[in-house]
Amino acid sequence: MNAAWLPLATLATSILAAVVIFLLPEESRRLRTGINLAAAVSKIILVALMVGRVSQGYQDTFSFQIVGGIDFVLRADALGVMFAGLSSLLWLCTTIYAIGYLEGAANRKRFFGFFSLCVASTLGIALAGNLFTFLIFYEMLTLSTYPLVVHAGTAKALAAGRVYLRYTLTGGVVLLLGTVMLYSLTGDHSFASERGLAPYLNDHRGLLTLIFVLLVGGLAVKAAMVPLHGWLPRAMVAPAPVSALLHAVAVVKAGAFGIMRIIYDLYGIELSVELGVTTALAIAASITIIYGSLRAIAQHELKPRLAFSTISQVSYVVLGVSLFGPFGTIGALVHLLHQGLMKVTLFFCAGNYAEELGIHRIDEMDGAGKRMPLTSIAFTVGALGMIGLPPVAGFITKWYLGIGAIQADMYWVVVVLVASSTLNALYFLPIVHRLWFRQGPAHGFGEWPKEQRLGRLETHGWLLWPAVFTAMVSIGAGLLAGLPFSPLDWATRVAIGEYLP
Amino acid sequence: MTWRFGLTEATFEPLWLTHWVLAATLALPILFGLLGALFSPRRTLPVALVCVPILLTGVLLLMEYQQAGLLRWQWQVAGVTVSLRLGGVSILMLLVTQWVGAAAALYTPGHLRLTNPGKQARWLWPLMGVLISALSLIWLAADLLTLYAALELMGLAAVGMLLLSGKPAALQAGMRYLLLALVGSLAYLLGVALILGYWGQLNLQALAEVVEPGPVAWIAAALIGAGLALKAALFPLHGWLTPVHESAWTPVSALHAALVVKASLFILLMLWNILLPSSLFAPRFVAWLGMLAIVWGGLVAWRSDSLKTLVASSTVAQLGYLMVAFPLIIGPDIPPLPKALAWEGFWLQLIGHALAKAAMFMAAGNLILATGESSLKGLAGTSRRLPLSLLIFGLASVTLMGLPPSSGFTAKWLLLQAMVMTQQWVAVVALLMGTLLTAAYVFRVFRYSFDETAPRHHYQPLAPSMDLVALALALAAFALGLLAHLPLALLQGGGV
Repeated sequence: MNAAWLPLATLATSILAAVVIFLLPEESRRLRTGINLAAAVSKIILVALMVGRVSQGYQDTFSFQIVGGIDFVLRADALGVMFAGLSSLLWLCTTIYAIGYLEGAANRKRFFGFFSLCVASTLGIALAGNLFTFLIFYEMLTLSTYPLVVHAGTAKALAAGRVYLRYTLTGGVVLLLGTVMLYSLTGDHSFASERGLAPYLNDHRGLLTLIFVLLVGGLAVKAAMVPLHGWLPRAMVAPAPVSALLHAVAVVKAGAFGIMRIIYDLYGIELSVELGVTTALAIAASITIIYGSLRAIAQHELKPRLAFSTISQVSYVVLGVSLFGPFGTIGALVHLLHQGLMKVTLFFCAGNYAEELGIHRIDEMDGAGKRMPLTSIAFTVGALGMIGLPPVAGFITKWYLGIGAIQADMYWVVVVLVASSTLNALYFLPIVHRLWFRQGPAHGFGEWPKEQRLGRLETHGWLLWPAVFTAMVSIGAGLLAGLPFSPLDWATRVAIGEYLP
Repeated sequence: MTWRFGLTEATFEPLWLTHWVLAATLALPILFGLLGALFSPRRTLPVALVCVPILLTGVLLLMEYQQAGLLRWQWQVAGVTVSLRLGGVSILMLLVTQWVGAAAALYTPGHLRLTNPGKQARWLWPLMGVLISALSLIWLAADLLTLYAALELMGLAAVGMLLLSGKPAALQAGMRYLLLALVGSLAYLLGVALILGYWGQLNLQALAEVVEPGPVAWIAAALIGAGLALKAALFPLHGWLTPVHESAWTPVSALHAALVVKASLFILLMLWNILLPSSLFAPRFVAWLGMLAIVWGGLVAWRSDSLKTLVASSTVAQLGYLMVAFPLIIGPDIPPLPKALAWEGFWLQLIGHALAKAAMFMAAGNLILATGESSLKGLAGTSRRLPLSLLIFGLASVTLMGLPPSSGFTAKWLLLQAMVMTQQWVAVVALLMGTLLTAAYVFRVFRYSFDETAPRHHYQPLAPSMDLVALALALAAFALGLLAHLPLALLQGGGV
């Protein structure tokens, strides 16, 4: 039985929310909040339904023909549902956070309208059943993020928006070219097809490699792989919820997720290894990991440091994908989820410090743990997870990636992993040290740059609880990794599906 | 290839009712236009009521076409044979003309109410009616003389509408346009005379059977091509286009950019298809010019400081996409699959651009009217004060950029696929460059509009109909991306 309505309804929830928000007047704050939360919650319910259906072995598909030979396909498969689950869970947290963050700010209607469109695009990317549909939502994501990047309307924000477009639109054009060439060669090719592109290998080896380079090159822009990463640190000028969800999760993950789709569901992992493209990708990912970490150490402001850390961390996903073997795959898949949870926590906390205390630079953070204990605990959890310490979720990723590298006989990858963990510790531990062990304004030395008392607790409740929640989920995902429906369990299910068809 | 234009024998005779519907299609716009001059409506409702029967004739013809396939008419009038045909392309373009025309008509009352241009505004209505009738005739005509008459009528009505605003700049630009349009007509007429003298045929279908490649066909095609390229503002003969739009009224600009230039391009494609059935050089030449047009139009739009110049220059670039498809449609040695893809892409691009450009002119007109400034800098802060107009501009520009899920994207996809299959890599690069250039100039508009530091000043409130009409057009252009098979299915049926 095919429940075609299910993927469609999931996608429609946030598109409808966007339309309704655009229709409402700017002043109707309560109604907009209600719609936002209702849409986010119903989306989680729908995604949970999809998870249930997929675990029972169904692949609900919605499709119709656009023109001859080209279909629009939404399909709920295990990999897609995983990404959809991540984005819908974090959407709820970020919506709550954004409502608190933008309290009293201007242009909230525009913000939430485009925010919903972004999430709709992310969901479309997750559920796209072929490359054409993927491309549609991938470009939609670019367009709907632009108004959020330039939201502040300052000269700096507008300049960042211009850089952002320059990178992402060019990447989109390259991706379009690759997609058109692939369709011209093979016709419509569903992600669900079992055969991969192997039948074309003998006659079109060079062309297949070229198309792979175009596709992955286009996607690598959004995945912020070096040297195509320049837009991400600049885009940090956007409001904190945008940095948290989009630049830590949705946009960069859309690129990484796309690379996964290309390798696992389009080319097939055997063919990718045969073409030799995975080794090249592993090297590119390793360079990005090291380079991102080195640049992160050099940053003096909190958000840019987190941004460079994102650049480095997202490439773990790509690295895992390019290791041939089930453990590398599990590591990549599970990192897609874990990194999202931990990074969103870190960005929430960075936003809290900026809103409550006016802290933007790292050397202003001395002793903030005493003033904002819960936020600082959440930040510490996220930071330790990024370094890869148990029991936070990040440990599992690095463990599986390491085993995967050894199984694939790529020992240099282990060196990269160790080096990168050391670098992570080098740029995160000083912050943690400042938070808890330095004396600062909370101990009576100097004062905070711009302190506001936003709530009864250490800050506004709408800002605090999402950060605490995601921090707890990050620990939970690590501690309870053995339970069914945990990220690790689901990633294992996907990986088994890939390697044992 | 002539079957694609519906130049074949029809299976069925038109019913008597169809004759009347055809007559109504051609006569009603003029009739209602004259009524408009008499009553000079200031409200949207009467205009909407009048549009209904016109749109109804189009729907009836569509139903007739879907039942009977190709339809032909032929009459002897004073010794001259007038022949019409209703094929797939004809009905598609007829519908687009009627709907865009209706949108422009619905937009006009609000615009006139707010700008208050004086007495001569009443003449807009009959001119608009004549324009729609002439365009309808162009899509239907199947002989060279009727085509010429309709083309001339359309050109004169267009010049008249452009002159109406009465500003000195408009008069100067309009007179230049008139002069060039007449030169274009003359070149076209010379070509027709050559054809008539050599082959003695004016009927397109008969002509297609007797034409053989040779110097006569080449010279005739060159004359006709040059004349029509001038009228269609194809690069590098586009110099008159921007000044004309700079001072024209918004609904006039919308109609002109959406339909008038396309009509000349349509005739050009059809006649070359007959005269140069397997020429290698001519379509390639047009395609090279098209690539230059994409780059040049994009650069001019990028550098411009005035919103209307930006929108008008973008037409030059967008026509370039259509020119690039010429060798795929009428060139030799193109396999059937890429040819069919290019054919579909061509028309989808043309329709998508017609709808989106009309919407964009209206949105730009609204922004200019509301802010009272015609420069890009004057847009600062509009994202807060005029979000709807800006959203419409954005939707229209997504189509122009060719980003999904708009019709521009699906059209570009079809064209790209045809080009990749036939290994035309330069054209592929031009098309992709076009996307980036379009994004560059479109997002300049948004960069100014998102500026929050701008001083606030008074904005003129707009009539709701003005925004709603533009929104409907932009959404239609958008929706045709995913629903592309609806218009394209009509193109398939022509060759039964």
